[in-house]
Amino acid sequence: MSLQQHTSQDFEAELELVRQRLFAMGRHVGDVLDQAARAMSTHDTELANRIILGDDETDSMELEIDHMCLETLARRQPVADDLRLLTSAMKLVIELERIGDLGVSVAARVVELASEPELTPPDDLVRMLTTAREMLAEALGALETENVERATRAIAKDDVVDGYYTQIFNDVLSRMREDPDNIFRATRIQAISKYIERVGDHATNVAERVIFILTGEEIRHLPRVRRSDVS
Amino acid sequence: MSTSDSATTTGTPPAPPGVASRGISLHPASSIPATAPAPTRHPKVEVRRLSFFYGKFKALHDIDLDIHDRQITAFIGPSGCGKSTLLRTLNRIYELYPGQRATGQVLLGGRNLLDRADDVNLLRARVGMVFQKPTPFPMSVRDNISFGVGLYERLSRSEMDERVQWALEKAALWSEVKDKLRQDGTALSGGQQQRLCIARAVAVKPEVLLLDEPASALDPISTQKIEQLLSELRQDYTIAIVTHNMQQAARVSDYTAFMYLGRIVEFGDTKTMFTKPTHQQTEEYITGRFG
Repeated sequence: MSLQQHTSQDFEAELELVRQRLFAMGRHVGDVLDQAARAMSTHDTELANRIILGDDETDSMELEIDHMCLETLARRQPVADDLRLLTSAMKLVIELERIGDLGVSVAARVVELASEPELTPPDDLVRMLTTAREMLAEALGALETENVERATRAIAKDDVVDGYYTQIFNDVLSRMREDPDNIFRATRIQAISKYIERVGDHATNVAERVIFILTGEEIRHLPRVRRSDVS
Repeated sequence: MSTSDSATTTGTPPAPPGVASRGISLHPASSIPATAPAPTRHPKVEVRRLSFFYGKFKALHDIDLDIHDRQITAFIGPSGCGKSTLLRTLNRIYELYPGQRATGQVLLGGRNLLDRADDVNLLRARVGMVFQKPTPFPMSVRDNISFGVGLYERLSRSEMDERVQWALEKAALWSEVKDKLRQDGTALSGGQQQRLCIARAVAVKPEVLLLDEPASALDPISTQKIEQLLSELRQDYTIAIVTHNMQQAARVSDYTAFMYLGRIVEFGDTKTMFTKPTHQQTEEYITGRFG
């Protein structure tokens, strides 16, 4: 990424606006995850319902940024790092929108579980969600500060999220074996852990895309040992 | 293959970008893998340690470059960087002007084109040139083509007619002028005149075609016709084009050389150059941040 500004200040402003709206969408989706974690830990159905109703904002941000990129591509014919930013932004908003959807899905399960007695304390789910949330913040922070190492750290944390998923999955499996009456609650908890695991995967995609924007290096589908070369 | 092939530099390129100073943990540009390896191509023109002087002013500095056979190589860079000068060196057209001289070598088929012992007119039959402004001769469309051919070959009238048709077809102009062959070439539209000039250059069957901003004075449709024409001519000719239009370079060329202050900063395959240039200065120029 260049220190120099574009000769065309309008173009410079358009690119900066895309970046800023992308960060705003990232913050918004991060807030959704934070609220989902809070609703889960406090069994707050009112908050969970607000998350569900607020999904339209995520969707409209996705469309807004997508259109901004499309228009700039059409009018400016960008190349090099500008091209990487705009084409990647169009993919990043899809990842962010899906993360927002997963936050909504978590909230919906929280509402379902609210009327049931607690099967297990949600501590691990909250820790898992917090980790996935940190991955997202680190991945977008990498773009904001143009620091590839932060994106690499985000990707590395996906193993932690996956570890939580395996642990929670095994736990709810045991609960279901113990007593069929646990099945309804256990499957909801398993679903929540799967949603969060998917948040981790999408945050990984965001980090990979940020590395592409910053370096031009394509690390998607590379073995992990070669991914680490990027940093 | 010269060292300039595969996105290395000649002369003294600017230092790699100071990304570290921004706290960015990127590779320095020099450690980013070079552009994707260029397909193995036979170099048609080999430029070696080429320098060029306008009087005492040195406009080109020890250029090393391979221009690949039946590929399009674009020269881009800000005004005054030497790209047109480099193009003009390749067929010694600078000799028309006193005080201009070149040193080094421009090898075509192993012969140094700069060798003054070689006939410059024969050289220009091998290395044709098309200029920014269409320059049809003030004569008929047919004679615009046949005039140059007649300087190098003795053809019967029917053979010449065939050659005129062949050249106009090559230049994608035949269907538009086949009924106007006796009409003055200067009466054609700007786009048609430029294609007539390309037909004129092609008619003597050169090995290399040089184009200096061939579409800069044309409307978008005529520009597209010229670009499509270049794509087709690439099958038979080695083409070098100077253009200020970055998108045009990206659209039509196989290789791109970015020049600055008489040196080649970066040379590589066009797809890589416009998505992931190696040098910060190239990136700043093609993205419009230069200066």
